[in-house]
Amino acid sequence: MNDQKIRVLVAKPGLDGHDRGAKTVASVLRDHGMEVIYTGLHQTPEMIAEAAQQEDVDVVGLSILSGAHMSLFPRVRDELVKRGLGDVLLIGGGIIPGDDVTKLESQGFAKLFGPGTNTEEIAKYVIAEMARRRAATGGRR
Amino acid sequence: MRSEPVGWYHPGLVTSPQPPQAPLAERLLAGDKGALARLITWAENADARFADVMRALHPRVGRAWRVGVTGPPGAGKSTLVNEFARYERATKRSLGILAVDPSSPFTGGALLGDRIRMEERTTDPGIYIRSMASRGSHGGLARAAVDACDAMDAFGIEEILLETVGVGQAEYDIVAATDTVLVVLCPGAGDGIQAMKAGILEVADVLVVNKADLAGADRLVLDLEEAVHIREHTKKRPDGAWSVPVVAVSAGKGEHLDLLAGHVARHRAWLEEGRLAAVRRSKRLAHVRQVVEERLDEALWTRGGLAERAGALLDGGRAPYDVVETLVAAILAGDVSSRGAPKP
Repeated sequence: MNDQKIRVLVAKPGLDGHDRGAKTVASVLRDHGMEVIYTGLHQTPEMIAEAAQQEDVDVVGLSILSGAHMSLFPRVRDELVKRGLGDVLLIGGGIIPGDDVTKLESQGFAKLFGPGTNTEEIAKYVIAEMARRRAATGGRR
Repeated sequence: MRSEPVGWYHPGLVTSPQPPQAPLAERLLAGDKGALARLITWAENADARFADVMRALHPRVGRAWRVGVTGPPGAGKSTLVNEFARYERATKRSLGILAVDPSSPFTGGALLGDRIRMEERTTDPGIYIRSMASRGSHGGLARAAVDACDAMDAFGIEEILLETVGVGQAEYDIVAATDTVLVVLCPGAGDGIQAMKAGILEVADVLVVNKADLAGADRLVLDLEEAVHIREHTKKRPDGAWSVPVVAVSAGKGEHLDLLAGHVARHRAWLEEGRLAAVRRSKRLAHVRQVVEERLDEALWTRGGLAERAGALLDGGRAPYDVVETLVAAILAGDVSSRGAPKP
């Protein structure tokens, strides 16, 4: 009777008061059967990584619209690695220029979703990627 | 050998102090929050490794004081838990918070937002916060919640605050498994008769009127006091029985938490006057029974083929209670065995 849910942390790093996108994505992931923890606005990288560790999530999704992604996103990644969470599926979304997307995707971010992304696409990506990862590790965490 | 985990409240050791390859029990004893988090995941998933780890840690369980917090949606439970945790941290070196929210019965998903109200506690190295979705039926929630509390207890956490929305039997079962139960109500959500409805008074060790700064709070306190009085004076009670206090607080403003903490401490002292062992024993028994039921259900109904037999009998036109009699007789006669190999 081993019933594994996909646990996701949706977080808003930095000084950015717009969380409609984050809430929308959180709702969509919930509607696809995931357990989504939303921590609210103005989170520091340390707070996000700490929450990810305490909640033992499989996925961390960052949302940012402030333009500070190149300084905040890698710091979240560093804080996760510091806590032994380098294997968490790290994704992000927001207003992020193409060049930055390429850079972040070479720095431990699995995928970044820009404006106009179909929310179903995000849910399907997470489900498929988690299935792939669980198959690779025998499904045991 | 030290009997206390060193890492937990040791500044600078709040992040994984050991490589994740180390056995989980070892990491747990070293104060690695990540190990505690994984152990709770195993509890939630009914993973057999949970029992393996807890077998070794069993002597460490029973030291934490468990406070259950329940009440209707919007009563301010998360805010109260957040503020109460802040207050308690002045005297306690570690606290655990387990916040349970409902899963969707349709998709199985859940949106867990209690951390938003507990943001200030996230960076406190002496506090561990875990959100738990209620998941399925079968009372598995109560089992997972008790298991999670046991894990925190073994980890060395001094006090555990367990928060659930007060609706339904499953939530009732969870808070009933804690040592001190707080029922949180607020003005403007029904009169005193609502409070006299079954379950609310019975489960409470302390009644908390939150949002005491709002109009109607005084009235609610009086109504509750009257309801408690009626309940406690209409039947014979043993000498020294616990009398449920009503306390008005304003959690959002951080007001009167000292009074609440005083009542919790008084209830604890009352239980520790020779009552605790018996109370905990009966709660532990309920937990064991819960797990036995869960295991038997899985072993007999699913793996033992009872589901198929019941289906076949029903298809053959037998009346439901006829089917029940047949199946129960077959189980008691030893005519049903869990054939399949146990799942990992």
